[in-house]
Amino acid sequence: MSAILLATEHWWDLRDLSNISREILDFLRDVGPDWLAYVVSPLIGFVAAFLIFVLPSQLFVGVYGERRLIGRMQSRLGPNRVGKFGLLQPIADAIKLMQKEAITPRGADKWVMWAAPVVFVAPAVLVWAVIPFGPNMVIADIPVGLVYYLAVAALPVLAAFVAGWSSNNKYSLFGAMRVVAMAISYEVALVLGLLGVVLFTSTLSLQGIVEWQRAHDIWLVFLQPLAFIIYFISASAELNRTPTDIAEAESEIVAGYLTEYSGMKWGLFYGMDIGYALAAAAFGSTVFLGGWSFFGLEKWVPPWLILVAKTHLFYFVFIWTRGTLPRLRIDQLMALAWKYMLPLAALNLLVVAAERLWWHEAELGDGIVYLFAAANIALALLLLVGWARVLGYRPERVPTRPRLVKQAGGYVPPGAELGGGR
Amino acid sequence: MTEIRSEPFVVNIGPQHPSTHGVFRIKVTVDGERVIDAEMVMGYLHRSMEKLAEERTYTQNIPFTDRTDYLSSMSNNLGYCLAVEKLAGIEVPPRGNAIRVIMAELQRLASHCMAIGAFANDTGAWQTPVMWTFREREKILDLFEMTSGARLTCNYMRIGGVAFDLPKEFEPACRKLLATFPSFIDELHGLLSENEIFIARTRGIGVISAEQAINASLSGPMLRGSGVAWDIRKADPYCGYEQYDFDIPIGYNGDSYDRFIVRLEEMRQSVRIIEQALDGLPGGPYRTEVPLALRPPKGEAYARIEGPRGELGYYVVSDGGPSPFRFHIRPPSFINLSLLKEMTVGGTVADAIVVLGSVDIVVGEIDR
Repeated sequence: MSAILLATEHWWDLRDLSNISREILDFLRDVGPDWLAYVVSPLIGFVAAFLIFVLPSQLFVGVYGERRLIGRMQSRLGPNRVGKFGLLQPIADAIKLMQKEAITPRGADKWVMWAAPVVFVAPAVLVWAVIPFGPNMVIADIPVGLVYYLAVAALPVLAAFVAGWSSNNKYSLFGAMRVVAMAISYEVALVLGLLGVVLFTSTLSLQGIVEWQRAHDIWLVFLQPLAFIIYFISASAELNRTPTDIAEAESEIVAGYLTEYSGMKWGLFYGMDIGYALAAAAFGSTVFLGGWSFFGLEKWVPPWLILVAKTHLFYFVFIWTRGTLPRLRIDQLMALAWKYMLPLAALNLLVVAAERLWWHEAELGDGIVYLFAAANIALALLLLVGWARVLGYRPERVPTRPRLVKQAGGYVPPGAELGGGR
Repeated sequence: MTEIRSEPFVVNIGPQHPSTHGVFRIKVTVDGERVIDAEMVMGYLHRSMEKLAEERTYTQNIPFTDRTDYLSSMSNNLGYCLAVEKLAGIEVPPRGNAIRVIMAELQRLASHCMAIGAFANDTGAWQTPVMWTFREREKILDLFEMTSGARLTCNYMRIGGVAFDLPKEFEPACRKLLATFPSFIDELHGLLSENEIFIARTRGIGVISAEQAINASLSGPMLRGSGVAWDIRKADPYCGYEQYDFDIPIGYNGDSYDRFIVRLEEMRQSVRIIEQALDGLPGGPYRTEVPLALRPPKGEAYARIEGPRGELGYYVVSDGGPSPFRFHIRPPSFINLSLLKEMTVGGTVADAIVVLGSVDIVVGEIDR
C-alpha cells in the first residue's frame, strides 16, 4: 500500500487527512496503554468522517442543495430566507423539528416505535467505515468491505419495517410491507450485479477495487455498464427515492411507514434517508467510478475531494430523477426486479466470468480490458433494449396524441374515418 | 407448511389524504394491494347552494355559481347566465358572446392545467408537473384579475352579457400568453405523455367502454377518452361557438391515459378558439341592459355548456317572482364519478388514486 502513497507523511498535508489521526495515534501509543489507541482510533475516524464529510453533505447538499435544485427544476425558488441564500435552512429545520412534539399514537407499540429511528440511524453511520476516501483514508479497510457494506446497508429495512408495524396505522403497514418486498427483490439483482465487479477485480475490499481501477486505468462503469445500471436502479429502489418511492408514496399511502412519526423522530428518518442516499452514491462512485482516483489527478488534488465530488455528482442524478419521473406501481417494480433485472444480472455475470476466464487462461495482458469494455457496452445496450422487447415492450405502438374529429356524433370505432361527415 | 391467513381490511382514502382533491372520501376494502371494494362517501363540503339560491334574486345567485366548481368559475357563471337568459328570453350582443367565449376557453385552459398537474402528482411525479402547470395557470389567473378584478371566483358574467368590457391591455397580454402556451403544452407532452413510467402507470387503468360511458351519462374528457365524439360546443352550440374552427379530440380505449391526452389536446384546441375569437372580436355593446330585480315569466329552462369537466347544466324554474322557484345544477364531475367503483375494483390502491385523478373532480361541485 505504501508504494502508491501519494501524499507525504506530514500531518499538515491536506491531501491525506489520515496523517493527522496517525500522529494522534502514535502519540497515544507512546503515552498510554495499547488498548487506548484501539478505542480512540475508531472514534477519531467516525468523528472526522462525520465532521468533514457526512454532516456537511447531509445538511447542505442533501437538505439544502436537494431542495434548491428541485425548486429550480420546478421553476420556483426553493429555500432562500434563512441566512445568506437560505443556507441556514437545514439548521432552522432541525431546530424546529427538535421543538416539535414527537407524538406516539394511542395503540402504538411505544417502545418499538421509539426504537425504530434509533435502529435506523446506527447503520447510516456504520456504512461509512469501509468507504475509502484516499490511499490511507479508510476507517476500516476490511478485506470483505463490499459484503460489509451490503449487509449494513440492508439493515435500515428492518427499522423501516418495525416503524411501520409499530405505528398501528394502516398506511404505515402498507409502507412497511412494501419496503420489505422491495428490499428483498432488489437486493438479489444488486448482489448479482456487484458479483461481476468482484470477478473482474478479484477482491472484496473496496480499497482493492479502487486500486484495481487505478492500476488498469479504467473505471468499472465502462467494464460493467450493465452492473452499473442495475446498481443505480436497485440503489434508488432500496433508498425509496422517486421513481421507486412506493414505500413512502405520498399520493397513495400518505407517508408510508413514516405516517405516524413527527418531531425529531421523523427528522432522524428524513436525515438518515439522505445519509443512506449519500452512502449509496459514495459506494457507487467507489466501485464503479474509480473512487478517490481520477486518472492521475489524485496526485495534485486531495483524493478525498475527488470522492466527494463524484459522490455529489452521483447524488445529483438521484435528485434529477426525483424531480422528473412519476412513480412506478408495486407490481411493476417487482416485475422490473424479477423479470428484467435479475435475468440481466445473471447474464452479465456469465459474460464476465467467461471474459475473466479467457483473460487469465490465455494470459492476454492488461490492454485487453479496453476491448472488454467496448464489448460489454455494446452488449449492455443490446441486452437492455432486447430483453425489454422480449418482455413485450413496444413503445412505438402507444399513440401519444388523440384522434381529432370535426363533428360531434356517437362512438368512433378504432380505424374509422375521421374529420366529420358522420 | 401452514397456510398464511389473510383477510381484507378497510382503508380510508380521505377525507384527509394528500391526493383526494378536497374533502372527498373513498372507503377502500383491500386484499393486500388489490382493491376488492370501493365506496364513495361525499357531502363533506355541502353548502346547500341550490336551496340558498331560492332565496336570492337572479343576479345575486351569480356569485354562488363561482363557488360550486371553484376551479372554473367563469364556466359556471356562463352556464347559469345562459339558463336565465333562456328563461327570460334575453339576447346577448355579439361582443358579449365573444368575450364570454374567450373567458370560458381561458378557464378551460386554467382548469385543465390544474387537472393535469394534479393527475401527474397522483401518479407520483413529485410536484414538478404540478408546479409547471401552476406557473402557466397563474398567467391565466392574471388575465382574469385584469378583467374581472378577481382571480378564482371571478363573478364576471352577467345576465345579458358580461360585467365589464375588456380592458385595453387585455388583448396584448392575452396574445402574449397564447404565443407561449403551445410550447408549454409541448413541454408537458414531452415530460408526461412520452414518459415510459407515466404510460405504464396510466395505460389500461380505469378503462371505461364507450357503452358504459354513455349509459352512465358521462361527459367531457371522460366520455371523449372512451372514443365518443361528443362536445356540446359542436352538438348544441351556444355563444356562437359554431363560428369557430376547432376539433374534438377523442381517445382510443377509455383509460386514464386517454383522458389525459384528450385534456392535453383540448388545451391546444382552446388556444385555437381564443385566437379566432380575439381576431374577430366585434365592437358594440358588451351587455344588454337587464333590470336588476329581474322577474322572468313563469316557466323553466335548462341550459348546458361544455365545461372543462363535461356537460355543465343549469336548470332554473321561475314562478314569476324575483328569485328562482327551483334551482338545480348538473355538476359534471359528480356524474363522472358514478363509475368510480367499476374503475377501481380489481386494480391496486395506487391505481385507485390514478383513476380518481383522471376523473378530475372538484368537491365543491360534487357536494354543492
